[in-house]
Amino acid sequence: MKVLSFLLLFFAGVSLTAETKSESFVLKDNCPPSFELTKQGICRLVTQYQFYTSVQGRGLGGTRTALPPHRDGFTPEQIDLGRYLFFDPVLSKDGTISCASCHQPDKGFSDARDRSIGITGKKVARSAPTLWNVAFLDKFFWDARAATLEQQAQGPLFDAMEMGNTPEQLLATLRNNPDYQVMFAQAYPKASDIELGMVYRALAAFQTSLISLNSRYDRYAHGYHQALSQREIAGLNVFRSFVARCAECHQPPLFTNNQIAVIGTPEPEGRPFDMGAENTYHVSQLKGGFKVPTLRNIVKSAPYMHSGRYNKLIDTVKFYNDGRGNAVPEDQELLLHWHIAEPNLTDEEMQLIVEFLATLTDESLTPQIPKHVPSGLAPIDQAYQQSINNKQITTNDNNKATEQHGD
Amino acid sequence: MSSGKIVAALLVVAAFVGGSYYGSVQVAAPVITNSSEGASYGGGYEQSSDSDASGQEAKPSKQVRYKSQVADRSIAGQTHVVNDGESIMAAVQNAQPGDTIQVMPGRYHETVYIDKDNISIIGVIEQGKRAVLDGKKQLNDAILYSGNNFIVENLEITNYKGNAIMGQAGNNFEIRNNLIVDTGVYGIFPQLGKNGVVEYNIVSGIEDAAIYVGMSDNIHVAHNDVFDSVAGIEIENSRHAIVENNNVHNNTGGILAFITPGLPIKTTFDVIIRNNFIVGNNHKNFGAPGSTVSGIPAGTGILIMAADDVVVEDNIIANNKTAGILITDHDNAPNTTIDPESDPKPDRVMILDNVMYNNGYDSIDEVKALLLTEFKQGNADIIRVGASEDSCIINRHRYTSAGVNKWQECAFTNTDELLSYLLDEPVAPRVIDPAERGSVVYNGICAGCHTYTGRMIGPPVQIIQALYMDNPQGIADYIANPSKKREDYPEMPPQNYLDEKTRLAAAKHMLSVTR
Repeated sequence: MKVLSFLLLFFAGVSLTAETKSESFVLKDNCPPSFELTKQGICRLVTQYQFYTSVQGRGLGGTRTALPPHRDGFTPEQIDLGRYLFFDPVLSKDGTISCASCHQPDKGFSDARDRSIGITGKKVARSAPTLWNVAFLDKFFWDARAATLEQQAQGPLFDAMEMGNTPEQLLATLRNNPDYQVMFAQAYPKASDIELGMVYRALAAFQTSLISLNSRYDRYAHGYHQALSQREIAGLNVFRSFVARCAECHQPPLFTNNQIAVIGTPEPEGRPFDMGAENTYHVSQLKGGFKVPTLRNIVKSAPYMHSGRYNKLIDTVKFYNDGRGNAVPEDQELLLHWHIAEPNLTDEEMQLIVEFLATLTDESLTPQIPKHVPSGLAPIDQAYQQSINNKQITTNDNNKATEQHGD
Repeated sequence: MSSGKIVAALLVVAAFVGGSYYGSVQVAAPVITNSSEGASYGGGYEQSSDSDASGQEAKPSKQVRYKSQVADRSIAGQTHVVNDGESIMAAVQNAQPGDTIQVMPGRYHETVYIDKDNISIIGVIEQGKRAVLDGKKQLNDAILYSGNNFIVENLEITNYKGNAIMGQAGNNFEIRNNLIVDTGVYGIFPQLGKNGVVEYNIVSGIEDAAIYVGMSDNIHVAHNDVFDSVAGIEIENSRHAIVENNNVHNNTGGILAFITPGLPIKTTFDVIIRNNFIVGNNHKNFGAPGSTVSGIPAGTGILIMAADDVVVEDNIIANNKTAGILITDHDNAPNTTIDPESDPKPDRVMILDNVMYNNGYDSIDEVKALLLTEFKQGNADIIRVGASEDSCIINRHRYTSAGVNKWQECAFTNTDELLSYLLDEPVAPRVIDPAERGSVVYNGICAGCHTYTGRMIGPPVQIIQALYMDNPQGIADYIANPSKKREDYPEMPPQNYLDEKTRLAAAKHMLSVTR
């Protein structure tokens, strides 16, 4: 009896707090799942990979390998403020798109497009990379031109083709919004006014909470070998074999080695050759070089490659299998990565790799999309809201149909 | 520019250099250093300052001989016997940490992967007959291991397309007494591991390196016979490695100490190459186009590229037609990419006594041109090209060389005091406080579905706390074998992959959290 009344009280409490929060944008004071609140009031990431070591502390290798150094240590309020900013289209010049427009949680934090569309309605230069596990990266953008998430944020925010904003306008917008004034004061209690650095930092705080380390592969890695089917294990063995060599660059446990690689993937028809990291480092040896992307949640983030050239995973695997330099334009001289070889995998082996990649899916820590954002605009963007509404209408219609059928 | 032009251009330069050289220097008696006594090189490695090498400081630094065994094998597990016609992999799947798989002579056609700790695979050799792993040119790799404390011994491995033995981050490995013939890319390839030995193996017919130590630390490669491959023994992006007492012959390049650019681990240093036979490595280069080794000129005894603190001592280096020892930076190496995070120069190369004979007798034009810059002709023993700081050499008068005239005399003559870079104690698995284990599992796994208050995928922790109060075992039992309890929640997947102690620790932690 006592338990029952306790539960009743408790549920009443929960529903009350939930409502108040959505009304007045009170930032969460608890850490996201997988993070532990320390005595200092900051969130520390906790994972089972802490049980292991790695050579030189670089987080590379086999199944039981420690992760590389990562960003954490933000307060719960900073992370939650970042979440509101991330989903709020007010960050763009005209309030039409948010960060989440190109990094949608249900699309692997990408956008299911070959190349993203910014405020101009035109496609930008490259496809939107996933944000899962960015806490572990030290290079950002396909061409590695930013070293921190804070630097990275300024790219899309102020790029005329992407969100098109200016630092002045962004600052003015936020400073003039009473909700954001309160929220920034909660996240940065020592600051007297909103500054741009706080915006970048909050976005970084939120993005570093996007952790995906509880896939079926991870259970296998931690010793529960029944987590994968025999075919998936066979796929893992092709993936890490020295014939396919996938795992040499897409190294466990992050399934990236955080390096630049020149692989010579083809541009879609009609697109000019992309110089990639050559522009970042100003050395011809890195012409056509791009960051090695993580393969975590890869089945969720099609299309693939910097150009979105491939819609299906099997086609990306085939690209590698077709042999070294198979798509390098005749007028380009590329210093291809030595692991780009001629593996001659069978169709069955390629299929096994694709099946293995599906075991890297874990979206259990997907954050909630806020129901409302302080600007009053539709969270993510109007188009996204429209698609949600359409879905709901379809679902309702279906329900109606069922009901009618039942009648 | 054609190589003929390079030679001509260098000749012009050399004429000027030579003029000033002969104008200023008298020919003096050479400095002869007695290598049978003298100071010993201490190496660059302090176990006591290595956080992975625990409990070392009380041990004396001098060892009687290098320890062939790198991990504690005192806990005897079960022995699983695999007979001809049975599956080695099936035995590995049934094995527990500590167990030994004993493979009887016969032919086995499989890929064996070992993703658990403390497993030994020992081939039984009966009257010279071995357990043979035959990939029939269809299978990719023979042995893939990622567990710690792995042993593989006495196997014969042939006809695989990838590698014979490939390690992925296992520490404390022992790869010993294997016979490896014609297996695709690498013969023995421990990668990203710490503390391991590769010894008494025979490896031949490999299109990259017969023995390739990649991105690893504290390695001992000894008593191997490697031949007829593109590279014999390669130490790449690795530290604290000793390569000794090996017979390295008829490869394209004999022994290599490299930094390969573009890898996530950026350094090679503290490498000792001593007491090896490095003879007649003149095999035609059959490396895959684009591979780093495909640029090695046939007839290279030792190649040092960008690696630091490399000691070359007491080797017999003979009959390598291009040169006995080539030392280069990244800028002068063919088809090599760049890496802004790697130092391209080979610094602190130390060449002590070596017997060098009949090297460079049919060399490439670039080597001849480099000799000419010092007005030398004939057979190249030691060639250095590009930048190198603080390198040293003793008894340089013995060798035909280019690029080492300005190197200083080494302050030591031997490495006798350094028996091994292997650790006194194996790299230990991290010991996790049970309380910490509970927190890790709770935060890493449980919190994905349960928040303290409010609905997520599973019911809130506060509810679970109310139900189980003082009964953590109840939670531990439930999560191992859950049943559907709430109509409006999905059924919980079993967490029986966590061991009993871990489940209880997580349950206790779940009952203790307050927000």
